[in-house]
Amino acid sequence: MMSALSALSPATVSLAAETTRTSTGEAVQFWVLGTVAVLGALATVLMKKSVHSALSLAATMIVLAVFYLAQGAYFLGIVQIVVYTGAIMMLFLFVVMLVGITAADSLKETLKGQRWMAAGCGIGFGILLIAGIGNASLDTFAGSGQANSGGNVQGLARLVFTTYVWAFEITGALLITAAVGAMVLTHRERTEERRTQRELSQARVRDGVQVTPLPAPGTYARHNAVDIPALLPDGSSSELSVNSTLRARGQVRDVAADAMRRLAALDQSAGEWLGRKGLRDKGLESSESSAADRAEEGAK
Amino acid sequence: MNPANYLYLAALLFTIGAAGVLIRRNAIVVFMCVELMLNACNLAFVTFSRMHGNLDGQVIAFFTMVVAAAEVVVGLAIIVSIFRSRHSASVDDANLMKL
Repeated sequence: MMSALSALSPATVSLAAETTRTSTGEAVQFWVLGTVAVLGALATVLMKKSVHSALSLAATMIVLAVFYLAQGAYFLGIVQIVVYTGAIMMLFLFVVMLVGITAADSLKETLKGQRWMAAGCGIGFGILLIAGIGNASLDTFAGSGQANSGGNVQGLARLVFTTYVWAFEITGALLITAAVGAMVLTHRERTEERRTQRELSQARVRDGVQVTPLPAPGTYARHNAVDIPALLPDGSSSELSVNSTLRARGQVRDVAADAMRRLAALDQSAGEWLGRKGLRDKGLESSESSAADRAEEGAK
Repeated sequence: MNPANYLYLAALLFTIGAAGVLIRRNAIVVFMCVELMLNACNLAFVTFSRMHGNLDGQVIAFFTMVVAAAEVVVGLAIIVSIFRSRHSASVDDANLMKL
């Protein structure tokens, strides 16, 4: 297949020749996609949310897969997409979902000025590494055409099953160990006996805090969404009917005050239409103020 | 373009990953930065394979991918179990071996 590929496109022919320069197409691809890869890597480090980091890293990995394909490592390019962006990044996203997207970095520094020192060390390390590569004599590139002449996959298979067969076997053992290790680490043993329904109800009665089930959200309110508290017989909202997490976040939609105001307005317009102005006004005032009071109490 | 530019890119990505490991506190992001470093090494391996004209570098890169997959599985399991016991994914909070 690879020989057919090289016969078809002239770009892959340049892989075969011993060269110090790539084709113009590969150079353009390198500069465009290399920029994307570096930006993706920087975004992985700098993004606040771990989901954004994971997506940036996936972009960088796809770019690297394209680079593998461009350098004649066809098998590795496909494996990079299947294993890294397909399996490993999805595993990362699953764990981000398990741990919670809102688990942000703590900004408290355990060591003072550690971030700036780390960034300085990173820059120094990068300068050392890149200067080392710059000083190496990398003038002649043999190109992967000769090695790929019998097919990239076939060549890799020959090496894996001859020279590197021992490492390959060890790899199998490693994968089994990793799978078993993951299962052992995430398996949770129940340390205490599971409490039965009878024990739970007995404990509720003994404590005497809330014997009956909690009121459902939205009872006697306009609709039964979880963030709408139930209305008590006097029209005020019930604290117990809404989840405490929603209450802590301030995401409770209180309809009691709104409904009371609308009722009062309706009452007033009906009273005006019937010509009972003087009579209804007093009662309306008192009912409106009491409704507002109750709404305030409910908010507290 | 000299193909050695791939090596410069690999060095740059490795540096960014190493700096990320030192800078970030979230264990999951630290782990992603380790993956970035492994990927940069793989790019260098593939470029060296092209430079020498044999497939040994690609075989090593393949083994690196397998080891990275195994490492990710175990590492993420450790992160999940630490999160269960401490309710935090920050590397600063995991300062004791036991709960």
